[in-house]
Amino acid sequence: MDPSTLRFAPTHEWVALDGATATVGISKFAVDQLTDLLTIELPTVGDRLTAGKSLGEVESVKSVNDVYAPVGGEVIEVNEALADNIQLLAEEPYGKGWLVKIKVDDPAEIEKLMDHAAYETKIAEEH
Amino acid sequence: MASATPLKTPLYDWHRTHGGRIVDFAGWAMPVQYTSIVEEHQAVRNRVGLFDISHMGRLAFEGPGALSWINRVCTNDAKKLSPRQIQYSLLANDLGGLIDDVLVYFTGKTYDLVCNASNREAVIRQFEEHLAGSKAKLIDRTFETAMIAVQGPSAQATLQAIYDQPLDALRYYHFGEGKLAGDVPAIVSRTGYTGEVGFELIVDADQAVKVWEALLKSGESYGILPCGLGARDTLRLEAGMPLYGHELSDSINPYASGVGWAVKLDKGDFVGSDALSQHQASPGATRIGLRLQGKRIARQGAAVSIGGRVVGSVTSGAFSPTLGASIAVALVDPGAAVVGTEAIIDVRGKEEPAVIVELPFYKRPKPAGAQA
Repeated sequence: MDPSTLRFAPTHEWVALDGATATVGISKFAVDQLTDLLTIELPTVGDRLTAGKSLGEVESVKSVNDVYAPVGGEVIEVNEALADNIQLLAEEPYGKGWLVKIKVDDPAEIEKLMDHAAYETKIAEEH
Repeated sequence: MASATPLKTPLYDWHRTHGGRIVDFAGWAMPVQYTSIVEEHQAVRNRVGLFDISHMGRLAFEGPGALSWINRVCTNDAKKLSPRQIQYSLLANDLGGLIDDVLVYFTGKTYDLVCNASNREAVIRQFEEHLAGSKAKLIDRTFETAMIAVQGPSAQATLQAIYDQPLDALRYYHFGEGKLAGDVPAIVSRTGYTGEVGFELIVDADQAVKVWEALLKSGESYGILPCGLGARDTLRLEAGMPLYGHELSDSINPYASGVGWAVKLDKGDFVGSDALSQHQASPGATRIGLRLQGKRIARQGAAVSIGGRVVGSVTSGAFSPTLGASIAVALVDPGAAVVGTEAIIDVRGKEEPAVIVELPFYKRPKPAGAQA
């Protein structure tokens, strides 16, 4: 996935929208900040997600962090490979390290999220 | 209590310009890590690591009444110190809880004390409240000095290369004085908080960067890494060392925390001694080690159950890079503290199976050629 085509939440999740299906992951910046990833807790297929609410947590040696749903909808697929190999997230946050796929309630919701340039500006200002 | 503007050590700018991720720790802006907590941890276990510990409080005691003042406020017996020896000690409150754990240095004439950053003001207050007309005074040297820890199997070689005194002659929990990096006067002790061979150095604040950079250079061939507070915590936890605010607090007595050996009830009256003698007879809790099956970390406060009954709670939890497992220290009912017992830890609402193991989790291997 080319990050410049993605949308970003202020809490560092990314979204790729294809029709009504959103693939959700965590930005490379956030993954680099976490370092030393240990585990991830993800929802199960069929779970309802609300934009801005926690969908799971990612734990590193340093801390536990909530992951927030950038858009609302129903979970239709979970990246089960992460349970066995969290390094996929560290190595390919925009590829094999995706977290969940969501059937979104309202595809227009994605317009509220930042584009890549705006996200880059935000993290540059904060760090 | 943390002030709005965090305090900075003399190495703060170095940390900032070398990738240190700065966090607020006890009111100080400190690096939690530079690259990876796990990499920094492994550097100390296998090679050598460097820590800025200038945030710790450094207090000097002068005057003929210093010894009796220290012995009235601290639980260990400073009278037993030989010149250039260091002693682990505690400050207790009237109820036998702890104000801090400290190191007391005896030069042969005066005393110095190193305390936790978070407790420096409380320690000073406790001393001043119990001065009771003693001919002694306390000087806070924290801001005019810096403190650096060099820890790991190659710590001695790294330090010796820039130190003008023989480290072979320096015994555990002793200190000496010499020159570092040519001309920098330093106090060098064989102490540490990692479970490895190591040293702690005190120098003038304006010499800190010079000494730090000299150590990085002399340790380069051994693979030295600067290490943050993250690795300092995982290292001390593996080594079974208590941390104030976790295993030690104003509401936990030292016998429960496993540091009752630093209380000398036979030395005469001191602050907290009546309460402490009662706690000794009945500590109420015991410190245990837990190894979790899964990789999730049981953080402070997580409830520990055995056979469906809550027996205590986690005081510290971390991922152990050496064991490749999630580990925790907990305070539990004394009867529950049996090694090998299976326990359940409530990690943020989910039950995680664990087993009680011996402390420490990690013991440094004996050097080659040493008798077992």
